[in-house]
Formats: sequence, C-alpha cells, structure tokens
Amino acid sequence: MPLSTYKGLNDVAAEGGKIDPMHQFQVEPLVPLNIGGYDLSFTNSAMFMVVVLGLIWVFMLGGMKRELVPGRWQVAVESVTGFISNMLDQNVGPEGKRYVPLVFSLFMFVIVANMLGMMPLGIIPGVHTFTVTSHFTVTGVLAILSFGTVLVVGFWRHGLHFFSLFVPHGTPWWLMWLIPFIELFSFLIRPFSLALRLFVAMMAGHILMKVLAGFVINGLNAEALWVAPLVAIPSFILMIGITLLELLVCAIQAYVFALLTSLYINDAVNLH
Amino acid sequence: MDAEAAKLIGAGLAAIGAGMAAIGVGNVFGSFLESALRNPGAADGQQGRLFIGFAAAELLGLLAFVVAMILIFVA
Repeated sequence: MPLSTYKGLNDVAAEGGKIDPMHQFQVEPLVPLNIGGYDLSFTNSAMFMVVVLGLIWVFMLGGMKRELVPGRWQVAVESVTGFISNMLDQNVGPEGKRYVPLVFSLFMFVIVANMLGMMPLGIIPGVHTFTVTSHFTVTGVLAILSFGTVLVVGFWRHGLHFFSLFVPHGTPWWLMWLIPFIELFSFLIRPFSLALRLFVAMMAGHILMKVLAGFVINGLNAEALWVAPLVAIPSFILMIGITLLELLVCAIQAYVFALLTSLYINDAVNLH
Repeated sequence: MDAEAAKLIGAGLAAIGAGMAAIGVGNVFGSFLESALRNPGAADGQQGRLFIGFAAAELLGLLAFVVAMILIFVA
C-alpha cells in the first residue's frame, strides 16, 4: 500500500495544525544504502524487525534452561510452545509436530511485532514506535511463507494427487464443472486474506488511536473553553478503552494467523 | 458531481460494510455464548471454530475498510 508515499497530503495536514494519522506508517531510512541502483537502506521498519527478533531471542533464551523444576520464565515459554503444539495437535494430528517450529515462529513474530507497535514509547522524545505488521509487504511475506509451506508440503507428500483437494468427497458429477473452480478460488485467495486481515486490523487500529489522540490534543489546545471537557476528556477515556481493545486485537490476530496456518497445513498433510 | 466528492461519498458508504461486519462478528460471539451456556462442557473444544468464524466475518469488514482507504488515498 503506497500510503507512505503521499507526502503532499501529509504536508497539507501539517500546515493545518492537524494530527496526520498516516504519518506513523512512513518508512524512513535510518542508514541510507544504495547498491546497484536498488535502495537497500536500513529503515525504521527494519530496525523494529531486528528489535522484535531480539525480544523473541531473549524470551526464548531465558526459558530454554531445561530445568526439571521450571522457574517462572521457563513456564512462560513452555506455555507458549505448548499452546502452539496443542493447536497443531488438534488441527493436524500427530503429523503436526513437525510444523510446530514454523507456526511458533510466525505466531511469535506477529504477536511481538503487534505488541511492540502498541508500546507507549512515543513519550520518549525522538522515539516513534513503528508497527511492522501494519505494512502489506511484511504481512504479505508472512502469508507467502505460510502458503508456500502448504504448496511444498502438499505436492511433496501427495504429488499430483494434491489436486484432489479441489474436489471434495461426495461431489455430484453434475456439479463437477463448478465446485473445483470455487475450491481453487478459495484456495488461491488464502494468502491474500491472511495478509490483508493482519495488515488492515493493525493499520485501522493505529489510525483510530491517532485520530482520537488528535481529538484530545486539539481539544485541549482549542480556544473555546467548552471544547476541552466536552471533547478532549471523553475522547481520552474512550482512548483508554480502545487501547485495551487493540491489545486484545493484537493477540487475537496473531492467534488467528497461527490457527489458519495450521488449518491450511492440515489441508496439505491430510487432504480432505 | 465532482469526482473528488464522489470518492469521499464512496468511502463513507464503505463504512456501511464495516457496520455490517460488526453485526456479523457480534452474531458469531453471541451464538457461541448462547450455546456455550447451554453446554459448557463442549465450549472449550469449539474455541478454534469460534475464531475461524470470527476471522471470516471480520475479514469482510476489513475489506470494506480497504475499499475506503483505496478511495481516499489511491484512486
């Protein structure tokens, strides 16, 4: 989504003294780097991905001591891994154990990136949180990882028999001209729906929060005195609620991503 | 009508889709709760399906949001 390229719009908004809700999604190069005509700059998006990776790494390292009597940290890590392995166990069956690392990595990356974007680090001057998952390019790659695994596993295990996925059991012969196409369409649309759901949920939430924040700030700065108690204070209270809702959405979106990935893997492993 | 005005009206109309998705999501959780209270023992086993239904209903609302965003910023 080339929203970040609309600089003209941002300038117009800045002139009017308004809060521009789209500015937070702007990808800015921190370390400019240009190799062979390609822009390979280290951006704020890349930096936050590295931070996400570091957080997951620290979290896992603290819990992988394999103590017989686990400490608090180890219990935290084991409950997350147990949650994912349970999900695959239920949805895929005994074959699912093999895909725990993949789904676990996707789940952890999405949930940590979502949560990091919600952190109120903006109160530190000069620091702006950037939600990695609010960009279609990033969620698109995650969805391609999930969808590509399904394709590779499906063709690896079943060969051309994998195409029987598009003909559900008990399809009457006089519907054979229609059902496979519908199934094929719903199969091909999966990566888009996976990527779009995560990206839009994150982007919509952050825009909403920024718009409400604009109400609060502009309301407090307004010349008319009735604006602050009537607009700014209710907006602020609403914002607290929306923040809690967004934290819930962060967790649910990561869960849904992992759940749908495991369902798609089930299709590839067991066919219908 | 001015093309710019038509875009903004279209984006506003897309909000109807978001509201419809809200009904859908409410329906999913409402029906789940209704049946979960009738048979609490079976509720935990259906949580995966609950979230699949939620994800499907939510996606359509998000698509309406994407339509609005495309109308305002891209088209």
